[in-house]
Amino acid sequence: MSRQKNQSYKAHGLPKGKEREQRTLIRFKTTLMNTLMDVLRHRPGWVEVKDEGEWDFYWCDVSWLRENFDHTYMDEHVRISHFRNHYELTRKNYMVKNLKRFRKQLEREAGKVEAAKCDFFPKTFEMPCEYHLFVEEFRKNPGITWIMKPVARSQGKGIFLFRRLKDIMDWRKGTVGKKLTIVEAQPARANMNPSGSHDTKNSDDQKDEIPVENYVAQRYVENPYLIGGRKFDLRVYVLVMSYIPLRAWLYRDGFARFSNTRFTLSSIDDHYVHLTNVAVQKTSPDYHPKKGCKWMLQRFRQYLASKHGPEAVETLFSDMDNIFIKSLQSVQKVIISDKHCFELYGYDILIDQDLKPWLLEVNASPSLTASSQEDYELKTCLLEDTLHVVDMEARLTGREKRVGGFDLMWNDGPVSREEGPSDLTGMGNFVPNTHLGCVNDRKEQLRQLFRSLQVQKKAPG
Amino acid sequence: MRKAQGSWEKRILKSLNSMCTELSIPLARKRPVGEQKELLNKWNEMGTDEPDLSLFRPVYAPKDFLEVLINLRNPNYENGDSLSFRTHLGLIQVPLKVKDIPELKECFVELGLNTGQLGIDDSTQVPPELFENEHVRIGQKVLVQQDSAAAQQYIRQGSPTALRAELWALILNISSQPEDILYYEQLKTNVIQHDLLVDSLIYKDVKLTASNDDYYFVFEDYLYQVLLCFSRDTSVLSHFAYNSASPPKSYIRGKLGLEEYAVFYPPNGVIPFHGFSMYVAPLCFLYHEPYKLYQIFREMYVRFFFRLHSISSHPSGIVSLCLLFETLLQTYLPQLFYHLREIGAQPLRISFKWMVRAFSGYLATDQLLLLWDRILGYNSLEILAVLAAAVFAFRAVNLMEVTSLAAAEAVLADLSTLKVMPLLQIFLFATVT
Repeated sequence: MSRQKNQSYKAHGLPKGKEREQRTLIRFKTTLMNTLMDVLRHRPGWVEVKDEGEWDFYWCDVSWLRENFDHTYMDEHVRISHFRNHYELTRKNYMVKNLKRFRKQLEREAGKVEAAKCDFFPKTFEMPCEYHLFVEEFRKNPGITWIMKPVARSQGKGIFLFRRLKDIMDWRKGTVGKKLTIVEAQPARANMNPSGSHDTKNSDDQKDEIPVENYVAQRYVENPYLIGGRKFDLRVYVLVMSYIPLRAWLYRDGFARFSNTRFTLSSIDDHYVHLTNVAVQKTSPDYHPKKGCKWMLQRFRQYLASKHGPEAVETLFSDMDNIFIKSLQSVQKVIISDKHCFELYGYDILIDQDLKPWLLEVNASPSLTASSQEDYELKTCLLEDTLHVVDMEARLTGREKRVGGFDLMWNDGPVSREEGPSDLTGMGNFVPNTHLGCVNDRKEQLRQLFRSLQVQKKAPG
Repeated sequence: MRKAQGSWEKRILKSLNSMCTELSIPLARKRPVGEQKELLNKWNEMGTDEPDLSLFRPVYAPKDFLEVLINLRNPNYENGDSLSFRTHLGLIQVPLKVKDIPELKECFVELGLNTGQLGIDDSTQVPPELFENEHVRIGQKVLVQQDSAAAQQYIRQGSPTALRAELWALILNISSQPEDILYYEQLKTNVIQHDLLVDSLIYKDVKLTASNDDYYFVFEDYLYQVLLCFSRDTSVLSHFAYNSASPPKSYIRGKLGLEEYAVFYPPNGVIPFHGFSMYVAPLCFLYHEPYKLYQIFREMYVRFFFRLHSISSHPSGIVSLCLLFETLLQTYLPQLFYHLREIGAQPLRISFKWMVRAFSGYLATDQLLLLWDRILGYNSLEILAVLAAAVFAFRAVNLMEVTSLAAAEAVLADLSTLKVMPLLQIFLFATVT
């Protein structure tokens, strides 16, 4: 296999100099019984192991990880679907801390303009420790709406909106006052439930532990972009294969999740209006399961293009790329970049009326349960392509920029759409290699890819 | 034809009246003030209303209409008793003149293989320099010059997404003047003040069709805002001058038969049927101000859509479209046509609903808009029949294997993955005839 003389392009994470072992049988394990199970079972050469059997691949849940990762030995080829301390990115309070720190660093190193690119996260304060800072900010901006979110719960539970300090004071006296002592007594991270994720069943596991709950107060985006009078958020999938160096892939498909009711600021108590989580919407009295309340991203992109023109849409999507990269960069030095780990994140993005994207949350365990036939197709393809990139079968060369619906977005540096060495001057027409919401002709691409890989293997080299 | 239309109208009216009497709801009544206020408040979110619509039935569905068309006969036409290869084996038995493929090729020359098309030549494999960039540039020029005729010619090759809303407005001669906005507001006031029985029919239709659609559910509220106003718009009555249909009349209570007390009911003369709201739904993708959306829809209706549910001999009328479809199939896909007929699956029974709705709700939205581009460009609905035939041609292999109407329906149930322009091009220009 001849190596291309392409010095500026690095392979994405395969051990140099060593021929990767071709495995014919891959033993997998998972506890999830949804789309993932279907995909794993149908993958040629993959067999399920149960209970205590040895495995090569484990799509685990975060509670298992927390309990077992540190004392589990894994061979070199073994892969597991989470990073040990992913909560640095996925728990709202940690993510805020990391992002703030990264922003400061960026400002020192590259100036205010560059640092301003990190302003995609609505102002957030950790409760209760930053309560006084929050009050200061609150008083500076009278009349705006804030949202209180529990740090570790998912599916929209425990969230409420408020405008008056009185609301939060009552809440603080009622709940925080009691817990304040517990939180202060113990070291910050010991007892935390590190599962800032959607659809995990782990929130029930904590019953025997002392309930320690942290909240964040976040500035509520009051002018969300509306379609048909409804609020929506975007779910985007990002696959991280390693943090050091940072290698991240962006999936072309995703969806917009609509709130079932019309948006108005006057109904703060209406849980259903403001939260677009499908789980919350499912309990809304207006919910009709047949509807699904989702639009594929392609549809969303087309709608915006017909309304605002292609340039505005390009800008919006490149701003979203910026969110993904910066958020990952902010935790790059904190996350333990174990070579066995990879992670598929579900990013929740909100667009406001000025077409500015805001990061709401990053999920380490995005829901893999399908809510409709279309959703099932999307998730099946997403998971198949994830497994292609993880490449247990050792088929890839490591120089691919696209695998199925995934585009290599960051490879220890920006990845260009153009072929060949990247523009050395750094200026010019750099077009990033992302295609979010674009045509996803993954079947065709995969066929070509695997065919050419086979050819390359046969050729003497 | 007019006689048939007349008797069809009588049937519809009878159905409407009997619903009215059964449910004891007046055809029209003035709303009490409290109700008016409430409706005004809820104007932008009428979709949240859940009135009890269980007793309402759509006045008619496309398949009822199809039955009427099937039974149309020209009393002057002598077919002769002998069956020959010229005998039309389809459902429509009215001898109207329809085009054959050579004539269609001439008519739709811009869809030919050597002409660039949006929907084909803007796909990812084709570099934009070859066609797309130049086409967009020309489109922008057309808009700057506000040349309606040029726009109509231009759009035959498809409209770029960003320019479509303006191009359609240009072709339809819609410019939103203050009078137009005022007119819409006036209609809105009419809705607030009076409640019509057809309103419930509209509600029901939206809830049954658009709200259940995976993509159009978002626009539910806009649909009410447009359709409720539409039913009160008496300016629509002017289209009856060239429509074979006549608007139904109703009489003030107690004055049946006295012409001085006759009013058109509904005020715009159009009784909605099952699926009617789907004419509006795709437009919500393009227009966001209610009055603009309204104007575009009204113009589309009085130019094109009305022909899809009234009986006439016009080449774009539904009868001609059905006949065109069947003739194309019988002439160019005789084996398929014969096979389907044998298993009791007359092709028109399947394709009728597509054509009546101008494919809305059946195709993916971006494909539908490309198709409607051509309707505007050629000022004709014939392309609907051609597309219907092209779809059958595309799925011919699977259809040859089915043995029942239900199975044939299943093969053709999902059109959402189809690419319209390649299908049309292949059928018209690349099939050996």
